[in-house]
Amino acid sequence: MITLNHYLVLASLLFCIGLYCAIAKRNAIGILMGIELMLNAVNINLIAFNRFLVPGETTGHMFAIFVIVVAAAEVAVGLAIIINIYREKLSSAVEDFDWLKW
Amino acid sequence: MIAGIDFSLLTVEIFTAALGLGLLIINLIVPGNQRSATGYLTVLGLLGILLVTLSYEGVEKTFMDGMYIIDPFATFFKRLFLVAAILVTISSLPFVKKLGYNEGDFFSLLVFATLGMMVLVSAGELITLYLGLELMTISFYILVSFKKKDAKSCEAGIKYIILSAMSSALLLYGLSLVYGLTKTTIIEQIASTLAAGTMQPLMALGIIFLLAGFGFKISLVPFHMWAPDVYEGAPTPITAFLAVASKAAALAAFVRIFLIGFPAYQEYWITLVIVLSVLTMVLGNLVAIPQTNIKRLLAYSSISQAGYLLLGIVAFSSMGIGAILFFSIIYVFTNVGAFMVVVALSTSTGSHKIEDYSGLYRRAPLLAVVMLFCLLSLAGLPPLAGFVGKLYLFIAVIEKGYIWLALLAVLMSMVSVYYYLLVVKVMFLKEPPQNSGIIKVPNGLQIAMVFSLILIIVLGIYPKPLSDLAMSVAHTFFPFSF
Repeated sequence: MITLNHYLVLASLLFCIGLYCAIAKRNAIGILMGIELMLNAVNINLIAFNRFLVPGETTGHMFAIFVIVVAAAEVAVGLAIIINIYREKLSSAVEDFDWLKW
Repeated sequence: MIAGIDFSLLTVEIFTAALGLGLLIINLIVPGNQRSATGYLTVLGLLGILLVTLSYEGVEKTFMDGMYIIDPFATFFKRLFLVAAILVTISSLPFVKKLGYNEGDFFSLLVFATLGMMVLVSAGELITLYLGLELMTISFYILVSFKKKDAKSCEAGIKYIILSAMSSALLLYGLSLVYGLTKTTIIEQIASTLAAGTMQPLMALGIIFLLAGFGFKISLVPFHMWAPDVYEGAPTPITAFLAVASKAAALAAFVRIFLIGFPAYQEYWITLVIVLSVLTMVLGNLVAIPQTNIKRLLAYSSISQAGYLLLGIVAFSSMGIGAILFFSIIYVFTNVGAFMVVVALSTSTGSHKIEDYSGLYRRAPLLAVVMLFCLLSLAGLPPLAGFVGKLYLFIAVIEKGYIWLALLAVLMSMVSVYYYLLVVKVMFLKEPPQNSGIIKVPNGLQIAMVFSLILIIVLGIYPKPLSDLAMSVAHTFFPFSF
């Protein structure tokens, strides 16, 4: 029997993997992928809470849908900026972004 | 269901959205060489919306079962954002003229960022809050990297987007835990659910994630890493907007969630807020000393100002909230004033180095005087407005018995006087470089600067009307003073 706790553990694992990916990756696109994993962990959390605690309502579903939409918009802007930098520098590795003091 | 919704409550937001969309369309219709007029149109539109907010005086209503709140607190901040947006629009006119492309898009994004802030301060519910936050942040991503041929601007953009998206993910994880444990997303219902129970470990985790997420947006130490880089790389008017309005908006949402949503766990999170506040004040002020770039200096100064603002939350009283409101107004005018000087100087010299400000008093007396008063007000010297603002914050924490915290804040203010005076010394005492002419300042910018200057002086000498207003707003928002 799969309970709420299983889903929460799955979500927290996914969140940690995403966070590790976002911190350890050298490539800007890899970092964005890590952030996507973190957001998906949030979605699993929201849907699981909604399904197990308040099955009659849809607040959690709505929240998850909004998270997906906003994440898509965020990544669209992020990729546009990365492409712009790539044209100038021919690189998308974050170590190369060193014009400013980090 | 629809019949019961009073859409007139949303007039301000609807007008702002219409203005943003209208500017996009105008940008398509108007031929390229006349597009700089869109800036003036934005100023007029924002002024009109500011007039509309006057009709919300004293209105305290909720929209759709508490999802969206129109109260004096929200209206106060909306006016603040509109004024900041107007000043920023005026100061970005020369920048946009020089840019020569996508003029309409720039102003449209500025208006959408303002709309995001309005939604953020009015949100009575977590989903709305998240949407407002992201509307603001995504508009800022594009604005920060708007100079697409400029490497620094793009780099600032990518740094901002990566770190901000990561902090949003942390914030969201916290929000999802709060939703799971309270089974609701409406802030007032969260408070009533939590009032009964005891502290659960998962809830503590949720609160810590929320603090980290908001700490990033308000640029509190240790979540401040992005601020100096992004502030330096972004176009200067956008830096001003980012430093004042987005910070004030995030702080307002932070206040609403923590003071209305989690008063039950006050003793737990106040400790964390005190730690953040101390770190922010100490590090922000100390790291500002060795800076050689004026934008980075102002970035660190704005980080330290955020530390002072947190004192109002630590006080956890209507006095503290009133002090936050009062301080944020002054903060907007002093910081935007200082950044306007930076804009004026960088459009003619193209430099942001502090040493290039030498002899500014001889080359452009107005700029030097405005900068002087803004910096002294930021440092909190009497009789300027910044002094009164800090005074209220310190009184609020002393009332609660945190005398050591107030002493530390005063000490750090003194440190800040040192690095602000270094800039003043360069401006007034050093000889101007050779072959440097007199700097021309556009008319609109002059008017905006003089306006800020007068407000800084008048609010310092006679703060009573504004402080009374701030205190009464704070009292309706947070009637407890325990």
